[in-house]
Amino acid sequence: MSYRTIELEVMRFQPENDKKPWFQDYRVPCDEDWVVLDALNYVKDHLDGSLSYRWSCHMAVCGSCGMMIDGEPRLACKTFVRDLPEGKIRIEALNNFPIERDLVVVLDDFMEKLKRVKPYIIRDEQRPLEDGEYRQTPAQLNKFKQYTLCINCCCCYAACPEYALRPEFIGPAALALAHRYNQDSRDCGARLREDVVASDEGIWDCSFADACSQVCPEHVDPAGAIQQMKIAATVSWYQDKLGLRRKTTGGEDK
Amino acid sequence: MEIIDTDIAIIGAGGAGLRAAIAVAQSDPELKVALISKVYPMRSHTVAAEGGAAGVIREDDSLDLHFHDTVSGGDWLCDQDAVELFVKQAPLELTQLEHWGCPWSRTEDGRVNTRPFGGMKIKRTWFAADKSGFHILHTLFQTSLQFPTISRYDEYYSTDLIVEDGRCCGLTAIEMRTGLMKMFRAKSVIIATGGAGWMFPFTTNGAIKTADGMAMAYRAGVPLKDMEFVQYHPTGLPGTGILLTEGCRGEGGILVNKNGYRYLQDYDLGPPDPWPRLKAMELGPRDRLSQAFWHEQQKGNTIATRWGEMVHLDLRHLGEKTINERLPMIRELAKSYIGTDPVHELVPVRPVVHYMMGGIHTDIDAATPIPGLYAAGECACVSINGANRLGSNSLTELLVFGGRAGLHAAEYARERYQAPDEAAVLKQAQAARQRITDLFLREDAGETISGLRKEMNDTMEEGVGIYRTEAEMQQTCAKLADLRRRYTRVHLEDKSNVFNTELIYAMEVGSMLEAAHTIAHSALQRKESRGSHQRLDHTERDDQSYLKHTMAHYNGEGDPRIDYLDVTITTSQPAERVYGGDA
Repeated sequence: MSYRTIELEVMRFQPENDKKPWFQDYRVPCDEDWVVLDALNYVKDHLDGSLSYRWSCHMAVCGSCGMMIDGEPRLACKTFVRDLPEGKIRIEALNNFPIERDLVVVLDDFMEKLKRVKPYIIRDEQRPLEDGEYRQTPAQLNKFKQYTLCINCCCCYAACPEYALRPEFIGPAALALAHRYNQDSRDCGARLREDVVASDEGIWDCSFADACSQVCPEHVDPAGAIQQMKIAATVSWYQDKLGLRRKTTGGEDK
Repeated sequence: MEIIDTDIAIIGAGGAGLRAAIAVAQSDPELKVALISKVYPMRSHTVAAEGGAAGVIREDDSLDLHFHDTVSGGDWLCDQDAVELFVKQAPLELTQLEHWGCPWSRTEDGRVNTRPFGGMKIKRTWFAADKSGFHILHTLFQTSLQFPTISRYDEYYSTDLIVEDGRCCGLTAIEMRTGLMKMFRAKSVIIATGGAGWMFPFTTNGAIKTADGMAMAYRAGVPLKDMEFVQYHPTGLPGTGILLTEGCRGEGGILVNKNGYRYLQDYDLGPPDPWPRLKAMELGPRDRLSQAFWHEQQKGNTIATRWGEMVHLDLRHLGEKTINERLPMIRELAKSYIGTDPVHELVPVRPVVHYMMGGIHTDIDAATPIPGLYAAGECACVSINGANRLGSNSLTELLVFGGRAGLHAAEYARERYQAPDEAAVLKQAQAARQRITDLFLREDAGETISGLRKEMNDTMEEGVGIYRTEAEMQQTCAKLADLRRRYTRVHLEDKSNVFNTELIYAMEVGSMLEAAHTIAHSALQRKESRGSHQRLDHTERDDQSYLKHTMAHYNGEGDPRIDYLDVTITTSQPAERVYGGDA
């Protein structure tokens, strides 16, 4: 195990004491395999027990540890110290969110938006469980599989310039999740999601900066999902105008 | 103190907690559910499970076969009535998940696919690539959002159950955003807080697996059952302990020692070919595979790496296409965390602590002995897993018993709830708050949270690892007693109220010390080897004396009181566990 000492510059904010965030420096002896999260854990265990941050799985699947590392929204458990340039590593709370404490941001807005897009299977008729599964071919699964991979880390919201300007924007992850359900052959709820998705706060607020897809650690490509929904919403708008749309949500047995 | 009234309070919002919440909401829209979790639901450790969930679905499979695999896999310590119910409910629960949108991997004709898994005679593990737990959790969480009767209390750390007049009627919890203690007044309570791998130094578990619910129930008077049975998953990555799913072996992966030899054939799991072959070699049960590693290490056959002794997992013969389709995440994990590409290279792995077979004693309805208190998932012990759990039974267990806990807790709330003495209840809540205040006020007495945690980790690894001896277990028991005493002197550097994670860490160490204490004593008292509890001084299984569950009872400052409960046997009499050639 080879060690080198790294310097961290970490954002601190304790609402009971501080009027605004400030930075604290720590020197951490690092192993060559370490990720930034390992360095933070060293700080917590050996240098400063008062540093607060979220983490759990240490394998990039729980989405807890999103934070700004050298100015980019990243997962602390998947950012290897060896890949970062020499010099101080700057660690801050995710951009575009109110800071609750140190590196912990307030996620209420995101959680509300996630719920608002109705992210669950909607259909008129339910198949009895005894009749088994809905058939879904691998090709049908591939249509939406990518969009199921979001770990809700909110790095996309931290990167999105639109969300930075307009907090009403429903945002990349929530919209990508809507698309996941719209594309799922078992779902018939696209029409019901339209009010939320195809609104001014929804897809039409996206100007395709693509920052979200650039930072997404799971390669969900929310920007791609949003652009696909723009096309679908436009087609659906024309269908309405021409009186070509069915009234029901569908739900024929699939 | 703020009082939050609800009908059913659920502590823990992972697979079991969410499934319970949905069960209540669907069965009775008049009942209010408070879903309380110290983390946002998507962070629950269900998310990290990879391989899949077992349920009979193939024509050539049967409930009987799933039953028999599970009971023998558990070395006959499973309660067979519970297993019968479990295997019967399994396919329905997994189908329900599919209806809720779970993206199960499919066969060409659109049916749900299954993969081979350890200790199972027939393929019955439903899987969603190698992120099954992730998909199950997100499906359940997203499905739960449509029920207005489920109110969530995210980032509330539950501290104590309130049991008044012999009945559970609520709990206290710290709202982490403000540091305020709140009381939840409930008609029934379900604990679904998961396991406790963080007691050990190397584990697949995330940081949140800290025995909180187990400790709460234990202190409230519920026995912890079969705690000595700790599962080591055979294939964890070096250093981090990150899980490489059993699915790797299900897809045909093999384990070799430093001589490139498939060593499992030396441990009654062979012959090595044909391969893959169910219930043989690398698809044997987890306890046997982990034990084989220990023996190989004793013989000097393991590979010395900078992270310690390892064996190699060889997936090269699977080919890039299969690995990308069936095991994409584990390829990414191996490449990122140890710079090894399983498509081209051997992956160093070793057994890592993964799962607690033991936990809060419940019956087949997920009910604890305290009226109004239920438990489900890894924190509970029904027992369907006995002395060793088969891979992919646990995710299904969350659904079956999470669902049952929800239904029975709802029934209790509707039909059997009796209001307790308000004043007495409030007094208990205030006492719980006072304990936190005392912790805040305590001066520095030389004990640190991280120091105590490390000492606990080290002693657990030494005394209750894969192979155990009387002397080492005695040492661990003594050490844990000492750590419990020293824990009462631990202090906080961080005296703030808003999102004080040092406070949470301190509470978690307290929970883990309680659970660890029961593990060490339960292990010491069980003078036989069975499943994942293996002793060098009592090497044989002893059904005469030990076809029983260990029950560890809270005894205040003293050592846990241990007694025993008979295992329920229905159709399967204890026999020899047979894997490999004849299985």
